[in-house]
Amino acid sequence: MIILNQKEQEAIHYEIQQNCLIIYISQDLDHHTVNLLREQSDRLIDAGDIRHIIFDFRENDFMDSSGIGLIMGRYKRVMFRGGKAAVTNVGKEIERIFNLSGLFQIIERYGTPEQAVAGLNAKREK
Amino acid sequence: MKLIIDSNSQNEAFARTVVAAYITRLDPTLEELADVKTAVSEAVTNSILHGYNNGEGEIEIICEIKGQDIMVEITDHGVGIPDIEKAMEPLYTTKPEWERSGMGFAFMEAFMDELEVYSEVGKGTRVKLSKHIGDRT
Repeated sequence: MIILNQKEQEAIHYEIQQNCLIIYISQDLDHHTVNLLREQSDRLIDAGDIRHIIFDFRENDFMDSSGIGLIMGRYKRVMFRGGKAAVTNVGKEIERIFNLSGLFQIIERYGTPEQAVAGLNAKREK
Repeated sequence: MKLIIDSNSQNEAFARTVVAAYITRLDPTLEELADVKTAVSEAVTNSILHGYNNGEGEIEIICEIKGQDIMVEITDHGVGIPDIEKAMEPLYTTKPEWERSGMGFAFMEAFMDELEVYSEVGKGTRVKLSKHIGDRT
């Protein structure tokens, strides 16, 4: 069982826009943070009518392979209901990790969460 | 520099931050700093998750600077790796149920100049990472 301290609680914000869950990550995305995030985000995905999932990196510049596992895992979760995953506000450091892992081959990239909400839904209607 | 931490995920950020602070005297670029932090994070995570299977234990981090080269040695006294070659294959993981991406060693290799892994089943694992800092000159 994972107990969050105050600082950790405040480091991750969630927002639901239309059918998208947006996860704002504002602390290093490592194995520790991933453990916290996984449980909370899955609860939100299962509770609401969430089709797509968006990870925002505006306030984050560190991620290791644990983050790749987290994003892949959430992608698989929404994939089965026809959903997709996207990342937004990706800076140079995070981009290198994504490139190295080949994540951009399955995860879409947008400038902002708002653009992602629009883009993910536009493609679905085609 | 020698640092001993408990095997606890909260210490991952601490470990990579200490190593990053230690090497700032070499005036690394932001990219080099990110490389080292990621590699250290991967190795420490491996020790916690695989070495100690999320249980108790100690992880030792030794960091040395020789000229413009840094060497980081990360050691645990956990279960050890039965097949190192297999463990180093990209995407191979023994813990898919924990959503491990199987990219830990691949990242260490990609971000550092050299990676050596020594392991003995039942005794533990030692990862040696090295990198030249300051190719700009």
